[in-house]
Amino acid sequence: MITILYFARLREALGKTSEQIALPAGVSDLGALRVLLRQRGGAWAEEMADGKQVRAAVNQDIAQGDTLINDGDEVAFFPPVTGG
Amino acid sequence: MTVRIQTEDFDIGREVAAMRAGNPQIGAVASFVGVVRDVNDGNRVGEMTLEHYPGMTEKSIAAIIDQAHARWRIFDALVIHRVGRLKPLDQIVLVVVTGAHRGDTFAACEFIMDYLKTRAPFWKKEQTQQGEQWVEARASDDIAAERWRLKG
Repeated sequence: MITILYFARLREALGKTSEQIALPAGVSDLGALRVLLRQRGGAWAEEMADGKQVRAAVNQDIAQGDTLINDGDEVAFFPPVTGG
Repeated sequence: MTVRIQTEDFDIGREVAAMRAGNPQIGAVASFVGVVRDVNDGNRVGEMTLEHYPGMTEKSIAAIIDQAHARWRIFDALVIHRVGRLKPLDQIVLVVVTGAHRGDTFAACEFIMDYLKTRAPFWKKEQTQQGEQWVEARASDDIAAERWRLKG
């Protein structure tokens, strides 16, 4: 199982703060996970679309599409940050 | 190094005094305070809410301070960032850096702030006359952070 967290605009648009999912075979990196989530359709297809500015972290470190995901990881999706 | 994420306000005088206390090696203290304005992109802002990613926030700011230590000769750095509901005139963020000389101290303070703006997981939502809206990231913040890469 992995834990996925959603923040800010994504959390609101997707109607979800967090979830746990079993990683399907063949989903080994962040890019593949994003494609998997997009296949849920509706707001997921829209928010996770290629053209959307989505940032991500794996185990609380900024991650890229080719960052590997393993069982037990904490993955987060969020919009570009706007603090300070 | 001190990193604090809190809803309460902070007192810059007290924080600087605590960092300087009993250390006669310090010759320079640089600080930055970020404050909520009442206008953003032409919209009047009544209030804003700051959301963050607990855990990653502290970790990412600590990593930024580590990078500052690696690049400049500084003694210590403090970052306080507020979350929750804030209104115009409220303080949002404080960065304080101590060192022997002003050059490195100024640079490290600005670097920490520029990197925080583009790497620390905070998000602002504004309540304006047009309703609630998430603040969009600014390209100028990416450019401000990017210029430190060139100097590396």
